[in-house]
Amino acid sequence: MCKDSAATAAPPVRTIHLDHPILDKNARLAERNRGWLEARRIVAFNLLSSPGSGKTTLLERTIRDLGRELSIHVIEGDQATDNDARRIEAAGAPAVQINTGAGCHLDASMVSKALQTLDPKPGSVVFVENVGNLVCPAMFDLGEAEKVLVCSVTEGEDKPLKYPHMFRACTVLLLNKIDLLPYVAFEVDRFIDNALLVNPALEVFLVSASRGDGLGGWYDRIRRLAVPDSASRWGEVESSRESPP
Amino acid sequence: MHELGITQEIVEIVIARAGGARIARIVLEVGKLSAVLPDAIRFCFDLCSEGTSAEGAVLEILEPPGRVRCRGCAVEFSLDRPFGRCVCGGTDLDWLGGEELSIKAMELA
Ligand SMILES: [Zn+2]
Repeated sequence: MCKDSAATAAPPVRTIHLDHPILDKNARLAERNRGWLEARRIVAFNLLSSPGSGKTTLLERTIRDLGRELSIHVIEGDQATDNDARRIEAAGAPAVQINTGAGCHLDASMVSKALQTLDPKPGSVVFVENVGNLVCPAMFDLGEAEKVLVCSVTEGEDKPLKYPHMFRACTVLLLNKIDLLPYVAFEVDRFIDNALLVNPALEVFLVSASRGDGLGGWYDRIRRLAVPDSASRWGEVESSRESPP
Repeated sequence: MHELGITQEIVEIVIARAGGARIARIVLEVGKLSAVLPDAIRFCFDLCSEGTSAEGAVLEILEPPGRVRCRGCAVEFSLDRPFGRCVCGGTDLDWLGGEELSIKAMELA
């Protein structure tokens, strides 16, 4: 591939081998976020979904149910409005809004700035509500501990096969709005079979964020990461003023 | 469409490495199982490189095929989409190739 192209042209062609990962810059920033968070025992969840799956409702409910035992902060990614951030603050958690404009996903540098603004105290839980989109956000590591995918029974059972990269990138899948199952033609088993075909390691929870069904498993998952073991909890870290990456 | 951002990233990286020299050719590797569409990159490239030292560069995109190994029975096979089922029925697969997303090389004029 290097010898042919301009063999007849006068100036010599200089080939430079790069082997440079295209998303290297984001990957490095995400690792810095991860280190910053881990040093403060802060657990970050990256919440992903298509628009309208009920992510914000899920977060509101999670904040109301866990807000007394955990210090919860939220980074809201939205293309234009700050409606979601206001809903989150009304539910009782500090929130910062990132408007991505035409951008279809959050990246690690946006999250770094948002962390700087939020300044969560050591031991907190941070939820990042990504832009509603099942394609682009799958590719961008933010430094989170887990990627959590929220789908609802008003979407098709073939979502996992249409958006396999997203289903593969996540470790947790919440199937939301199960209170609507009596009214929609949605086969839960078929959806879960498809999801596990794409990612056999997915942990799946069936929930209704509006009615409260099935949220115990999700909450335990959060607690397991946020409060790994009270006996082995780190000593109190002096809340350092070092700025986020 | 994440290909626009990805193409901007590609152009920034090659321009920085070229140190002002004009770039005649760029060789990318975009695996068949990656979530990136080569045609979309080609479409965005003219726009992103306009007015830079990468303008007019030939874009060569290699597309390594998807290759997996079944964790159940160790059989290796090809995939053309990012999931699949082994002949043994297993779906837990180790990805050996097809996720590449890198700039392999460039030629300076
Ligand atoms: Zn097998």
